Amino acid sequence: MKLKGKAWKFGADIDTDAIIPARYLNTSEPSELAKHCMEDSKQPDFIKRMGKGDIILADKNFGCGSSREHAPIAIKAAGVSCVVAKTFARIFYRNSFNMGLPIFECPEAVDGISQGDQIEVDAEKGIIKNLTTNKTYRAAPIPPFMQELIAAGGLMEWVKKKAA
Amino acid sequence: MPMTITEKILAFHCGRKEVSPGELINAKVDVVLANDITAPISIKEFRKAGARKVFDRTRIVLVPDHFTPNKDIQSAEQSKLLREFAGEHGLTNYFEVGRMGIEHALLPEQGLAVSGDVIIGADSHTCTYGGLGAFATGVGSTDVAAAMITGEIWFKVPESIKFVYYGKLGKWVSGKDLILHTIGDIGVDGALYKAMEFTGETIDGMDMSGRLTMANMAIEAGGKNGIIAPDDITKDYESGRARRRPKFYKSDRKAVYTEVREYDCSKLEPQVACPHLPENTKGVSELSHINIHQSVVGSCTNGRIEDLRVAAKVLKGRKVHPDVRMIIIPATQAIYKQAMKEGLFNIFIDAQAAVSTPTCGPCLGGHMGILAKGERAIATTNRNFVGRMGHPESEVYLANPAIAAASAVLGRIGSPDELK
Repeated sequence: MKLKGKAWKFGADIDTDAIIPARYLNTSEPSELAKHCMEDSKQPDFIKRMGKGDIILADKNFGCGSSREHAPIAIKAAGVSCVVAKTFARIFYRNSFNMGLPIFECPEAVDGISQGDQIEVDAEKGIIKNLTTNKTYRAAPIPPFMQELIAAGGLMEWVKKKAA
Repeated sequence: MPMTITEKILAFHCGRKEVSPGELINAKVDVVLANDITAPISIKEFRKAGARKVFDRTRIVLVPDHFTPNKDIQSAEQSKLLREFAGEHGLTNYFEVGRMGIEHALLPEQGLAVSGDVIIGADSHTCTYGGLGAFATGVGSTDVAAAMITGEIWFKVPESIKFVYYGKLGKWVSGKDLILHTIGDIGVDGALYKAMEFTGETIDGMDMSGRLTMANMAIEAGGKNGIIAPDDITKDYESGRARRRPKFYKSDRKAVYTEVREYDCSKLEPQVACPHLPENTKGVSELSHINIHQSVVGSCTNGRIEDLRVAAKVLKGRKVHPDVRMIIIPATQAIYKQAMKEGLFNIFIDAQAAVSTPTCGPCLGGHMGILAKGERAIATTNRNFVGRMGHPESEVYLANPAIAAASAVLGRIGSPDELK
């Protein structure tokens, strides 16, 4: 699967309250949550300016804080195709694999890619290509169990398959 | 092979003699927890998977505590989903308004979380139960949906960091200050994916309330869990309370840690975490120039009776500063009743503080004390991210209950020692 879009760069320790503020958590409807994606970050108008397929690039510890799955849901429902970060906070990492938002750890790509660059990600191989500068980066390999989850179509499908 | 307490609990729950860090395991869970924000997604996923039955109706705990008593129509709809699901499956541990409390104060109090357990919750502060010597960690709603069906969850066995605290704590210094100081030292991802094991003579002498506060904020350093080996203090706390037989584990003397960090607590002054990350900690004396508009005592971090007693001690015979709103939120109904019995409410109300029914409320900017643009709060809560308690241009400073109470009287950040 090839994911393609424009790069949006965010800093370190982007917390789940920045991704989807708690004031909007009185619903779990993906389309409603998407309207407020990244609203309390330094790019509050992200959702108005981004396009379908665009890619979030962030420094270390992306998604720290709350366990709210509303965070990866909001990002996915906004149309973001994947998130590349130097590191991810633990629960966000888990949630993304469980509910099917592709994420990649690649510090070099985060440092080497600028806001607005055109990016293409080969999701299976973890190869991140900057089409603007023609540079290529390789993300940390996805652990085998996570690949199993992705192949099954998320945790619930994996559980169903196991129970069958 | 020598093991840590975390490794021993996980090994037992996956039916093995030993496990080592990095291994992927499927562990049996003792308790599965969710709240009014996270359970709706779990319930949807549970139904979508075509599941008919939960794995054990006594081990799923649902606590509507975040936006309750329902703050608006949408929140009421979310709570209703929980209520209906609990009824449909005959869940024995659904806590309705009037019986509920903030989940992480409620579960230990009700003896639903006990030493040696593996507990998962769709709430990041589930790590609180590590204070009892349980392995407890926050997960997402989908994880909870899967565990409600199977009674199991996948984990990567975490590496452990050992924190050793020694020295006698100063008068207004508590577990909250130790954990804030630790997060300030290692940073908000200093324990990413790791177990934080809190040890040392200072912990040995700490009451259960302080221990739960410390484990509660392990997530604020990125930790998978925080844990304290159970002892006589734990035994006393659990006696007459635990609904299952607690199991005491402790780390082997030769257990392996990625790191050991030591702290001399004898000279530590009360700590305050400045906006907008819990790692921005300073001693309270460095912040006396910061004016505040609101002070909150409550939350899963510091809403227990011990916290309210400290706040009352500071507020007794004093008045909240005219420019400050003070909001006090006992974390559970039992704490509320106990505080009432001890006359703490008289002290709070005479001091012109507002007392609320249990709710997470303002901690996550839900209700019961939202900040306007440019306003600043000091709070005994656990996060001070941008917009956490309201407007994105408001600010939250994190502190212990003594500092929050003293600051409410002073109208600025300060310590009880500064009060006349």
